[in-house]
Amino acid sequence: MRSALNRAVRGLRWYVRELTDESAYDRHVAHLRKERPDADVPSRREFERMRTDRQEADPRQGFRCC
Amino acid sequence: MRTDSPRPAAPQGPRKARPRSIVIWTLVALLSAAGWSVLALSRGEEVSAAWMVAAALGSYAIAYRFYAKFIAHKVLKVDRTRATPAERLDNGIDFHPTDRRVLLGHHFAAIAGAGPLVGPVLAAQMGYLPGTIWIIVGVIFAGAVQDMVVLFFSTRRDGRSLGQMAREEIGPFGGAAALLAAFAIMIILLGVLALVIVNALAQSPWGTFSIAMTVPIALLMGFYLRVLRPGRIAEVSLIGVALLLFALVAGRWVAESSWAGAFTLAPSTLVVWLVAYGFVASILPVWMLLAPRDYLSTFMKIGTIVLLALGVVVALPTLRMDAVTDFASQGDGPVFAGSLFPFVFITIACGALSGFHSLISSGTTPKMIQKETQVRLIGYGSMLMESSVAVMALIAASIIDPGLYFAMNAPAGVIGDTVQNASQVVGDWGYRISPEELAAAAKNVEESSLLSRTGGAPTLAVGVSEIFSEVTGGGLRAFWYHFAIMFEALFILTALDAGTRVGRFMLQDTLGNIYAPFKNVSWKPGLVITSGIVCGLWGYFLWVGVHEPLGGINQLFPVFGISNQLLAAVALAVCTTLLVKSGRLKWAWITGVPLVWDATVTLTASWQKVFSSDPRVGFFEQRSVYRDGIDRGELIAPAKSMDDMRTIVTNSTVDGVLTAVLALLIVIVIADATRVCIRHVRRPALSSLSEAPYVESRIVAPAGLIPTEEEKEEARDAVGAEPRG
Repeated sequence: MRSALNRAVRGLRWYVRELTDESAYDRHVAHLRKERPDADVPSRREFERMRTDRQEADPRQGFRCC
Repeated sequence: MRTDSPRPAAPQGPRKARPRSIVIWTLVALLSAAGWSVLALSRGEEVSAAWMVAAALGSYAIAYRFYAKFIAHKVLKVDRTRATPAERLDNGIDFHPTDRRVLLGHHFAAIAGAGPLVGPVLAAQMGYLPGTIWIIVGVIFAGAVQDMVVLFFSTRRDGRSLGQMAREEIGPFGGAAALLAAFAIMIILLGVLALVIVNALAQSPWGTFSIAMTVPIALLMGFYLRVLRPGRIAEVSLIGVALLLFALVAGRWVAESSWAGAFTLAPSTLVVWLVAYGFVASILPVWMLLAPRDYLSTFMKIGTIVLLALGVVVALPTLRMDAVTDFASQGDGPVFAGSLFPFVFITIACGALSGFHSLISSGTTPKMIQKETQVRLIGYGSMLMESSVAVMALIAASIIDPGLYFAMNAPAGVIGDTVQNASQVVGDWGYRISPEELAAAAKNVEESSLLSRTGGAPTLAVGVSEIFSEVTGGGLRAFWYHFAIMFEALFILTALDAGTRVGRFMLQDTLGNIYAPFKNVSWKPGLVITSGIVCGLWGYFLWVGVHEPLGGINQLFPVFGISNQLLAAVALAVCTTLLVKSGRLKWAWITGVPLVWDATVTLTASWQKVFSSDPRVGFFEQRSVYRDGIDRGELIAPAKSMDDMRTIVTNSTVDGVLTAVLALLIVIVIADATRVCIRHVRRPALSSLSEAPYVESRIVAPAGLIPTEEEKEEARDAVGAEPRG
């Protein structure tokens, strides 16, 4: 019972983090570690700035519909 | 679907359906048929919304299970062994394989906005039945098919956008026409959406205050994400939503205080504020306003849609609108002029068939999809969800008193500005509502007046407040009304900002061919100039809409509907061309028939808007009637002065020319696509297909929402694959 509840909470947390793209940084770090182990890993701050700069450069990224 | 024996490697020969699934699908079919029969056959008696829900959900389930599966496997031949761009080009940022359940949420949040909420409300003037049929049949055979097929082909092309696909597969001429059409559509869309907001917020201090507060709230969230705790989106969204709800409650206090005057704005003042907002917001950095607003509106959107679905199912209200009104055949409706065919089919775009979705289905989503087999869930499934939102909007508009519906949606020029006058005019149409009832309806939601609140949002808000207050008790009615207004205004304002940026991007790209510095998107003077041009263009339509003596929504919404459906025609033309060119000629009707239907509807509508001899419908006839009036020095109602007459002449000319140009652009795209298809059939060697080469996929992921037994087994067998979720 407890473990089922735990699983549900963890599942919800995972879903919210993925849906809001809060997990983008962790994903990027994991990707860098795997593909280019000797590359510098950006700090979270740098990474989030880079993400909004990309959207700035091409506003079609993440565009929503009417 | 589960099968008892493991599926053979290459499924050949008929597979036996299990008795249990036969029973289940028979029941679903019966339930849906019962819903349709009650909706179609009842006349003059009140019908529960439950039947509409049953007809819709049953039809969706059958379509998803059978038609979508057939298209995915027989027509598109989705290949689960083929790696998607997300897998091949994974860069940990925009290309990355995303869990299908997450992507479903993403894609749905991206396609569903104000569109599916506004169109069905306006179309309710013809009764609930035509709208319901078009929303459900349209989504099954056209809208969802378009979304899924575009998603599939874009996935096969590394996430190319619709414009790029049009250029590569049809040719530079068709591609340029498609691009121009997309720009024009963006401008009209922004103008009409802004008009919806102006009509909802005019003379409403409660609404205006709470919407104004979204700006400081978003700035605060942006600062939090940029400086205090970068990337903590979930927590900042929670803070933002809490503040937003507080602003909503505070709106009532402001409306009752001495500050009310400061937030009671006339429509023309709101126009200035909105255009200024659009301009400033679009030149500010993304992190300041756009990104945090986007989080807020996504949260509110999903939350409200879930609440509304629960509300409809719990309250199961009764439909009070007629199934089919007289306006459907006579074409003289006050909300928009013209008869059922073709105008219902262009008024309801989002929810049935929306060209805009093809911009999302190409571009963003294909870069994130894990498996080709998931296009059915993401493309077709999300669109079915959006369609159900449209059905809910139609329910919300159909449960309110029809007299109130018409009093809210007819232009002021028709029903006047007093409740007595409105009651009398609406009564002449056959819908009885007393002046006292009209005044009470406004008082219930704490608005000074509900007359001529055109644009759909206020009507929807009244319907929503009716449904919610049935669940929560009548005391909260005014709160729910403003909650619904706030929820629509929130994402329309976000759309103004994001849309201005996209329009600016297109413009920068085009102007860059004339004067090179424009191509550099961060060149400040270019940025300010192009933003100014885009805001000026949609601001013009907004200004015109607010000052239109004939009613802005009445005049402009058909142009918007035509433009959105024309974009769908472009998308369907690209899909059909691709089906033909990729050796699927015998299945080309899958998108070819919707294309023919869409082109027929839209070109008929454009034809009527341009050439009709009924001055309510045809822009040029309208123009000549009022032109002659000016020449004779005679006022023609609803114009109150010669200035009004001249305004009508100018606006009708602009609208008429615009409609004609849009129609012409689409004829060019379709003609060019037909040429390419015929050439391919005659001499296949001449055409080239720019599909990304096959790479074997290493990801193991289920196709549908719920994994089948085999897929679970496959996942267990996969060694070294990262389990997600």
